[in-house]
Amino acid sequence: MPGMDSAVPALALRDIACHFPARGNPGGTYTAVRDSTITIAPGEFVSIVGPTGCGKSTLLNVASGLLKPSQGTVEVFGQKLTGINRQAGYMFQADALMPWRTALENVVVGPEFAGMDRAQADRLGRDWMARVGLAGFEKAYPHHLSGGMRKRVALAQMLIMDPKVILMDEPFSALDVQTRQLMENELLDLWQADRKSVMFITHDLEEAIALSDRVIALAAGPGTHPIGEFAIDLPRPRDVAEIRHLEEFSRLHAQIWEALKEEVLKGYAQGKR
Amino acid sequence: MFRSQNTRILLAQILIFILFIAGWKALTTFGIMSKFFVGDPFIVAGRLYEWFATGMIFKHLGVTLFETVVAFILGSVLGLLVGLWLALSPTASQLASPYLKGFNAMPRVILAPIFAVWFGLGVTSKIALGITLVFFVVFFNVYQGVREVSPVTLANARMLGASRTQLLRSVYIPSATSWVFSSLHAAVGMAFVGAVIGEYMGSAAGVGYLILEAEGLFDINGVFAGVILLTFFALILDAIVGVVEARLLHWQPREAATVGAPA
Repeated sequence: MPGMDSAVPALALRDIACHFPARGNPGGTYTAVRDSTITIAPGEFVSIVGPTGCGKSTLLNVASGLLKPSQGTVEVFGQKLTGINRQAGYMFQADALMPWRTALENVVVGPEFAGMDRAQADRLGRDWMARVGLAGFEKAYPHHLSGGMRKRVALAQMLIMDPKVILMDEPFSALDVQTRQLMENELLDLWQADRKSVMFITHDLEEAIALSDRVIALAAGPGTHPIGEFAIDLPRPRDVAEIRHLEEFSRLHAQIWEALKEEVLKGYAQGKR
Repeated sequence: MFRSQNTRILLAQILIFILFIAGWKALTTFGIMSKFFVGDPFIVAGRLYEWFATGMIFKHLGVTLFETVVAFILGSVLGLLVGLWLALSPTASQLASPYLKGFNAMPRVILAPIFAVWFGLGVTSKIALGITLVFFVVFFNVYQGVREVSPVTLANARMLGASRTQLLRSVYIPSATSWVFSSLHAAVGMAFVGAVIGEYMGSAAGVGYLILEAEGLFDINGVFAGVILLTFFALILDAIVGVVEARLLHWQPREAATVGAPA
């Protein structure tokens, strides 16, 4: 992988711990994340998998600078992070578009905040709308668009900022299987064209393997932490629908699932309680 | 299909109105109720016609509408500003909370005579009363609206580089607009109540004054004529707010309905 062996990681989470005030227990704390060290090289696509509710999003929020960890530090290209991570783009699991703005107006929000000239921002916005396959939908409001199209708008909204690091929190989990595979392939195409560092959160192991250079498995919460790292040396460019049929894919899947199974069962037992 | 459905509703609404007037007329004509207490719809209509024909109503209507509109605008702006400020500043909000709750719980209509003492019997005291009524309606809605801004949309805007003022302008305010407008419909009514109650408590002009005068003469028809006039103009003001709302909130999803399906 290009840049894989680069000395300075694009994103480094070092010894992160996050404690929250415990619900229904005044004065008590709940540890969502502990002893978590995750580094992502420039241009590397890393997926984080773990049981539902284990604290994956917490790690992403720490990486984005939206959440200050209780312990540990975040470094972005070797610089210690304080405040919002300006090098990063964040694609949320939930719908984050502004419903009162049209698709194009949503895409150009970032450049607009940065004070870019309106006409220039619009040109750039239209260009990105076309790149994510939404040409012709510039004037549509989010509620006119399907779930998949709204995700594309969100993708364009993030990529227009040209972030060096991309943080994605189960971005496609709400989509149907077909739309999801289309979006995954498009994401890979966009990523392939302009290698950025990606931290991709998912609970879907197949999605993680199909997309990534490396998969990090997390323990069940509370106090989640990485329990294993797996290099995915499948050939690129990939087609997420076809790659699942490779023998190597099945082998990796079995290997990671072996590590993850116990944690998923633990998480499941907690969910039932 | 769609059109005729609307037309049918309109026809039915007109029919209900006619039945109501006919019933009212019948009650008094057949002596079931005394004209002295419920009046007579035809005389009420005649009174309204007379008011407009002689032009004497315009002065009173002008005063009442002026008080209403000024109280509405000032109260709304004040409610919007304080609502935004307190919603975005937790400390100020905590500090002000008991006072606001108390002032809101207070039956503020009682303040009318005090305002009359402070500001005289002219329009100022009515506007002041209207503002105290309008302010809280708008304030609580704005406060609520800002507090309920989607945290994801907010986080997203921050990740896209929004400064504090940009967050306010492009997330908080647009997001709170729908709450503001739902409050404005109530606020128009409140502004009217403030103006009319103020006039009723002591004044020399305005529709509230006319009603008070008619009451003094046991002229029930005059009272009803005034009430109908006020209702009519309250509806007009509400419709204006509705039009502005539709223009500003055009992005909101409308309820999905098929065209051409049998009702």
